[in-house]
This record gives sequence, structure tokens and C-alpha cells, in this order.
Amino acid sequence: MSKLLTISPSPHVHTSDSVNKIMYRVILALVPALVWSVFMFGVEAMRVTLLAVIACMAFEYLIQRFITKEEPKITDGSAALTGILLAFNVPASLPSWIIIIGALIAIGVGKLSFGGLGNNPFNPALVGRVFLLISFPVQMTSWPVNIHVQTDAVTTATPLAILKEGIKNGQPVSDLMHNLPSSLDLLYGNMSGSMGEISAALLLLGFAYMLWKKVITWHIPVFILGTIFVFQGGLHLINPDKFIEPLFHLLTGGAMLGAIYMATDMVTSPMTHKGQFIYALGIGIITVLIRNFGAYPEGISFAILILNGFTPLINAYVKPKRFGGKK
Amino acid sequence: MLKTFKLGGVHPAENKFSANKAIEKLALPKSVFIPVAQHIGAPAQTLVKKGDQVKVGQIIAKAGGFVSANIHSSVSGTVKKVDLATDASGYPKQGIFIDVEGDEWEEGIITDDKLVEKFDTDGKAIIDKINAAGIVGLGGATFPTHVKLMPPPGSKAEMLIINGVECEPYLTADHRLMLEKGSELLVGIRILMCALSVDKAYIGIENNKKDAIASLQNLTASDSSIEIVPLKVKYPQGGEKQLIKAVTGREVPSGALPIAVGAVVSNVGTAYAVYEAVQKNKPLIERVVTVTGRSVKNPSNFMVRVGTPVKELIEAAGGLPDDTGKIISGGPMMGKAIASTDVPVTKGTSGILIMPDTDAKRKTSQNCIRCGRCVTVCPMGLEPFLLMTVSEKQIWDRAEKDCIMDCIECGSCSFTCPADRPLLDYIRLGKGKVGQIIRSRKK
Amino acid sequence: MNMTIVYTIVSLSAIGTLSAVILYFVAQKFKVYEDPRIDDVEKALPGANCGGCGFAGCRAFAEACVNADELSGLFCPVGGNDTMTGVAEILGMEAVAQTPKVAVVRCGGSCDHRPKVNKFDGASSCAVTASLYSGETGCQFGCLSHGDCVAACDFDAIHMNPETGLPEVIDEKCVACGACVDACPKNLIELRKKAPKDRKVYVSCRNEDKGGVARKSCEVACIGCGKCAKVCPFDAITVANNLAYIDPDKCKLCRKCVVECPTNAIVEVNFPPRKPKTDLPPTPAAEKPAAPKAEKPAAEKKPAADEKNDNNETK
Repeated sequence: MSKLLTISPSPHVHTSDSVNKIMYRVILALVPALVWSVFMFGVEAMRVTLLAVIACMAFEYLIQRFITKEEPKITDGSAALTGILLAFNVPASLPSWIIIIGALIAIGVGKLSFGGLGNNPFNPALVGRVFLLISFPVQMTSWPVNIHVQTDAVTTATPLAILKEGIKNGQPVSDLMHNLPSSLDLLYGNMSGSMGEISAALLLLGFAYMLWKKVITWHIPVFILGTIFVFQGGLHLINPDKFIEPLFHLLTGGAMLGAIYMATDMVTSPMTHKGQFIYALGIGIITVLIRNFGAYPEGISFAILILNGFTPLINAYVKPKRFGGKK
Repeated sequence: MLKTFKLGGVHPAENKFSANKAIEKLALPKSVFIPVAQHIGAPAQTLVKKGDQVKVGQIIAKAGGFVSANIHSSVSGTVKKVDLATDASGYPKQGIFIDVEGDEWEEGIITDDKLVEKFDTDGKAIIDKINAAGIVGLGGATFPTHVKLMPPPGSKAEMLIINGVECEPYLTADHRLMLEKGSELLVGIRILMCALSVDKAYIGIENNKKDAIASLQNLTASDSSIEIVPLKVKYPQGGEKQLIKAVTGREVPSGALPIAVGAVVSNVGTAYAVYEAVQKNKPLIERVVTVTGRSVKNPSNFMVRVGTPVKELIEAAGGLPDDTGKIISGGPMMGKAIASTDVPVTKGTSGILIMPDTDAKRKTSQNCIRCGRCVTVCPMGLEPFLLMTVSEKQIWDRAEKDCIMDCIECGSCSFTCPADRPLLDYIRLGKGKVGQIIRSRKK
Repeated sequence: MNMTIVYTIVSLSAIGTLSAVILYFVAQKFKVYEDPRIDDVEKALPGANCGGCGFAGCRAFAEACVNADELSGLFCPVGGNDTMTGVAEILGMEAVAQTPKVAVVRCGGSCDHRPKVNKFDGASSCAVTASLYSGETGCQFGCLSHGDCVAACDFDAIHMNPETGLPEVIDEKCVACGACVDACPKNLIELRKKAPKDRKVYVSCRNEDKGGVARKSCEVACIGCGKCAKVCPFDAITVANNLAYIDPDKCKLCRKCVVECPTNAIVEVNFPPRKPKTDLPPTPAAEKPAAPKAEKPAAEKKPAADEKNDNNETK
């Protein structure tokens, strides 16, 4: 025989799924929300997204090429995904230089300093986002008015900020309601906020796509949203004047974006469903706590980052159910 | 809602190309190489020497202990030599080379195809016959059957489960056997039930073999002691523990044998071999082997004498395709790649799978992205990613603590890993090492 | 405002003092006596924590030395005799000198000599390969070329040569800790006594197959012919299981066996080129008709190896 036969250990067949496919499918799932944000915020949204994606990929390439001296792996789609998620978490009017700093922190500090894809303990896009939020609070909370509204105002407040401000001034929730967008508006995305977080419906569409393609399982998003709903619902029942109804919290402030796309980041979430439940429970509780009692109107980014930190611990202690009952 | 096991599992493309091909008898080879270690346990001890004349069915190597099996000549002819040669394990093994001359059978073996239903109900005699015929588990594990039929004192078999799952993609040997030799199979099952003195048997069959399910259901319509259980298609349902779970809902405890939950599992091929041994006095000298593959001209199921070189099977199925990259003895999930087509068919060879170059190569492995899919698909509820890491880093105590010995090496984790990591390669290594450590501790 | 600063300073100082007092008493109460010589010995050790001495690390070895009655059986292969003398001085004991050793890879089956018969495609690890099957070449005893030994080495002393597919030991860096010996699933690596100028004569083969089988899979396999054993004036060579072995303690490096070996399985390293050397290779070739193939690469390789580094020559 002229040609040598290949010998390898079993199994000899492999699923057609790959890391790259997973990444590109998540990106695809984000496209509807991206289109919506371009529709709402115009070219600015396109600028922020493109810049974030390009900056993330460029930093990944440069760092891998010149600092860590490995084969650059920007084609695996993870840097592009980080870029999109970063862009989705900032206002559409954010100055370009801030975006570039955010990309550098996300990729350089959040991801590659830990050893690249798979080794980062925290979600890189959120590391970038939270860094920007703390470093540039003014720019990061100047929400542009959408281009379809005829007004002289340049910026506006997010529904959560309006709510928080109102409650702080002692107004009961029922009085604030007429200042807030209706639930339907919130669902399809007629509100101000970060670029990608505004349209809950389109984010859910992407979720459906990812479930269909088996990119992620339903556990984390459903558990997080469920926890927020139950916890906030409980608070609402206790004091409806101080705590708004839970649906409002599900539809605003990036709860959907965070629960579906950020918390489910495979690298930084627990492996077992049991672990994922604990993780999601933590995220939901901390989110509600920050939103109702904390300084920031919006809390899911912090909640996810905090629980990211617990993930290794959860992985170490929450074992899957062994066959045959041995613990 | 079809029954299946709960934990994990994958569904690789089935590719059962040869499902509609009837079993053909393969022409006798010119020479055979019969290894003396074709089963789990001690190798058999050679009884013949160079120049001896042997007949078909003559015993040529005697079981080397309790957990061992007799080896019989599968052909008639002259013993050429007793020497080492590479078998499917990839290491040179002791075996007997026989040059084939004619086809003369040992006296007492009935060679016709007539169905014999009546059998002697003495359990001890049945087990002795099975022992003498050198029957081992034909599903691939090749555990001597007579050992299985004698449960250790203190445990009692409650039921017999016949494994007709054939969850490995590509393979159809068991499928064809169930379809074509249904009546013989059922007699074999009754014999096994008698030997175990149980009054209930289940045949677990995956639902992608609807014709086999229907035909066996027809044959057992009047017999309530044998129940056909259609199962949802899911790999590795053919694993002993998974099959028991799927059929009965019982879970074999970690580290225990199926008998712990009162079950004895046997393959359909084994049940058929038992029929032949008890009713026809025919020892285990031939078996059904599927020869298949995407590029194979004529995927087939052959009745093959043990010891036949693999290349003769491939020739009969249309020859080795030019783009062959890998030849696998067994199925694609658990089979062993073989380096040469000279290796013989043994008692455990269920199929020969030929893979083209394009499918043969693995993709480059990437960083683990901790997606947890290996954990989700593991039928034993283990954490393959962790076991791989600790095996690679040689942290054996941690591997043992995380139940590495429970691994059934089904390959679901490696199959499903999107980063193409060689999970099972290292887990298997770790399992071997931890096994050694545990054994040395016992001593 | 000023009072705030004063309060701060006072309260912090108070906390500091209190903590210091607590810490002092706790430290006194829980003091563990440890032989100060352990620290001294540990300082004298190389601190590589390689485990070559058989202990978990340098400190464990230091403890063992301090607790031992005599130093025989305790040896730091990394530091060698100098270090052990230092340790012995600290402890006031006699150092037991050991001959320095060096790792030697006993397989000469380079890609030229040992053609591949299949292609391995799996986890790049010798251990995984060995647990799966006999290897990529016809020789089931030979090097698997995945470099488990290289990964095991803490001292950067062993490297894969991509051309030969065999690992090469850098004698100056090798400390004979034995990590590679344990890592090799084929047991190819042996710790052999270091000779002056790093000279070595050894059988670079572990093949226990019968001569014909061995030769078929590898041109430089030992065929167990026993010629070397006959020619050895010091009785240093034994042949068992179709394989010759040179006892490093008995071998006087006379190199007679090297000349005699029909398959060039016995190799000499770091010897000056000898005068009649140019005539030598053809001699076995003339004796054995099958040899020319083997001679060619060897003859080509030798001058090249002399030029750059004698170390690379045969391993």
C-alpha cells in the first residue's frame, strides 16, 4: 500500500459543530437587534458597532502576534462577538476613542491577559463595559434620543433611570407610570438605552434561533429572567408604591441582553445545569438588588461579573448527577 | 413515548448503508490466523503444533482459566505455525496460522439450517456446553458468556436483557441477524433464560430497526415471557448499564456489575451463538461482520469464519476504495483503527468500517471553551473536560475522586466537543493508570 | 477637621499596637520548633524541586537529610557531588560520592532507518499512543516521537530533533533527575554513568523481536547476534531476549563492539574521529549483503555530525 493508513483512538466520527460555528451563530442571532438599533439611532449605531468589532479584532490580532507570540486566531469569531456585545452595551453616541479604550480593556485585560479564549474568568465585553461605565460615567450614561423623535433634546434618560430618580424623590410608582414607556413599547424597543438592549422582542428572536441551533440551552436565560420576575414580583406585592411590577424590569435595562447573550457566555458560566441554576439565581437576585437599592439604575452587568467570579467555585462544588448514584 | 436512558447521550449520523443487505456466507479464505486471546481474561493455551491436521470446530486452544474461553479451528487444514502476528489491538499477539484445505467438519456438529426448538432444560449442562463452545460476548466486549451465566453467590438474576440495540452508526450485523434468524435467536434466548433460571427476557431494539422489531414481535406474540422493547435512537444505548436503565429503569451502582440489579445482558449475536452451540453442537467459529463505509462499493453483511484476514472481507465488498484513509475494526464510536488489512476477524469483530481520507483526519484541537457539552452528553454523569485535564497533568488521585473509573469509553464527549479536544484519549489513559493504582493498592 | 486627623492617627496606632501584641503572643504560643539546619541545607540545595532525589521537593529532601543518620542513599542528582559535600558539611556527616549520570535515549530508529507504516492522528502524547497500539513504525519497542520526555524535563535538557524524530539529550544540561525515564512509556531512556568528555558507548536499541523481524522494521535494530558480546574484552555485554546490553559499570569504552556490530545498533558518542574510521563502515557492509542501505545514511551523516556537534550524531 503506497498510502499510510491513519490510526487514531476512538471515536472516529465527530459532530459537525465547532467553536467557530458557535461564535458565528451567536453573532447571527444578534443581527436583528443590531438592525433595530441602526433603525433607532441611525448611522451612529453602525459606527459604534463597526468600530468596536474592528478594534476588538485588531487588538486580538496585535496582542497575539506581538505580545503573546502565538498564532493569531481572530477568525474564530470570538473577538468579533466581544466587539458586538461591547457595542450593544454602550450608548450609540459614545465617542470613538472611548470605544477603542473599551475594546482594548475587553480584549487585552478581559480576555488575552488570562490566556485567550476559554481561559478568561470574566465576560470580556462586560469587563470593557464596566470599565468604561466607571471611568467615563458621563459619556456612558448620555443616552441619545432616537432619530425618529422630533425634539430639540439631544439626550434622554432610560426608563430605569427615570424610575430610580422618581422613587428617590419620593414619588410613588403609580405616578411615574405616565412618564415611562408602555410595556408594548418596551417589548419592541421604543425606548432609550444602550444600543442593543432596547428591543426585547428581537433579542428573544435571536434566543429562539440559538435554541433551535442548539448553541445554548434554555437554562441560564430562563432561570435569570425567572428569578428577576419572582423576586421583583415579591417586592412589588409587598410595596407597589416603591417597587414597580416585575415585567418592567424584564424588558428594560439590558435584562434580556444580559440574560440571553452575556450570562450564557460558555467560558464564564458553570457547566452543569444545577450549577447554572445557582449562577442564574445569583445574577437575578443581585440584579434586582442593585436596581432597587443600589446606586446604579441598571445592574445586570455587575451581577453577571460577580457571578462569573463564582463560576469556578460552582464548577468545583456542583457535580453532575453521576450514573449509579455515587456522589 | 419510547423508552431510553436518561443521562446524556448523543445522536451521530446513523449511516446504516448495509441495513437491507442479507447476510452472505463469505467464501473460505486460503489461510487463517486465529489469535489465542480473543476474549477478556486469560489467553487460551495452544493445543496444536506445527504440521497438525485440524478440522472445522476442533478445539485448538484450551481456556486458560475460569475467565477465559476455548478457541476452535474455524477451518480444516494444516497448522502452518504458532507465532506472533499483529491483530486488531495493534500489538503482536500469539496465534495459530492454519492453511485451509477443504471444509471438513468435526463429527457431531450439525451443519444443516433446520430449526431445532426443543432443548434439554438442565441449566448446568447448558452452561457446560456454552463453555465448551468458547462463546464470548459478541457485542464487542468479548466477555466469556459462561462466566456471566454463573452469578456470584448471593446474587440472583431476575431477568435476561438481550441487546439488539446496535447503537453504533454504520453497523448492521445484529440488525440482520434479528431479521433473518429470529426463530433461532428466540430459542437461544430461551436456552439462556433456562440456564439463568429466569422467567423474563427483554429484547431492547432501537427504533431505527422497525422491521426487526415487527418480525420479533410477531414471533413472540404467543410468548409473554419474552418482551420486545423498542427504544429511542440514542448512543450509547448499547452500553450495558444504559440498556438496563432504558429497559428496566434500574441503575447499576457505580463499580458494580449488572447482576447487582438482577440483570444479565447478552448480545443478540451471543444468543444466536448459544443456539448453535446447544442445539447444533457448533462452537463459536463464525460470526456476522458488517463491511461498510461511505466509499465502499457494496456495503454488506457477511457470515465470516474467525481468523479470516480483513482484506478478504473488503475484497468481497467491492475492494478497498482508493481514497481510504482509515480502516476501523468495529463501529465508528468505539472501534479500533487498524494499521493493516492482514489482521484477522476475531470473535469480537462486529464490523469493518472504511473511512475516506477526508473523514479520517481529526480537526486541530482548540482551547476548551467550557461549553459543558461533554458534561451534558456523558451517559455516566462525569465531567470529561475535568478528567482530561487531570489525566494530562497526571493528578491521579483527583481523577479517581471524580469517578474516572466509571467511564465507559463511549466517546460521546470527544464526539460532541466543538473544540475537537481529544477528551477520551486522555481519559482512557487516566483510566488505565488509575486502574493500575487501585489494583496495586489492593495487593 | 484637625481633630479628625488626630483621631485617625490615634485609633490606627492603637489598632496597630493591639494587633502587634496579639500577634506576638499567638506566635509565641503556637511556635513550632524546627531544626534550623533544615533551612541551611535547603539553601545549599539547587532549589529546582524536580523530585529527582525521590522526595517531594528540595525542602522535603533537606528534612530527610537532617533526620538521616548517614547520607548514603540520599543524593541530589541535580547538585551532584559538590552540593552533597556542602550538605554533608552543614550536617557534619560524610558525603557519599556518586558517579554523575546522564540520560541516554536508547533508540536509533530515525525516520531514515525506520519507515513509518501508518500515521497516528490523536492526542500528541506517547502515553496515549502506547496505550492504543504499537506505534507508527513496524518496531513496537521504539520511540514514538511525541515527546513526553521533552515535556517531563524541567531543565530544558532534552529536545526532539524534527529530522530524526528522536529526542536528544543535551549532556551539559541533563541533571539525571530521571523524569524522562519515568515519562517514556517504552522505557527507552536510561541513566548511564557519565564518562570523561561525555563519551558514551551503548546499544541504541530496545527491540526484543527476533533478528529478522527487528531488522525488517528498522535498519539499525539490534538483532541479538551476540558478536559484540564475543568481542568485548571486559565482559560488559550481555545478550538477552534478542537484545544486547552494555553494562556502563564494566564498559571501558574501547569501542571494539561498535566496529563489530553488523547493524550499527551500537553507537559511540563524543569520540575523536579515529584514523581507520573511513575504512570501517564498508567492512560490515561487505560481510552482510543487506547492509548497504543502512550504511548510506550513516556514512552521510557522520561527517555532518562531526562538523557541528558530536552530541547529535547518534541519539
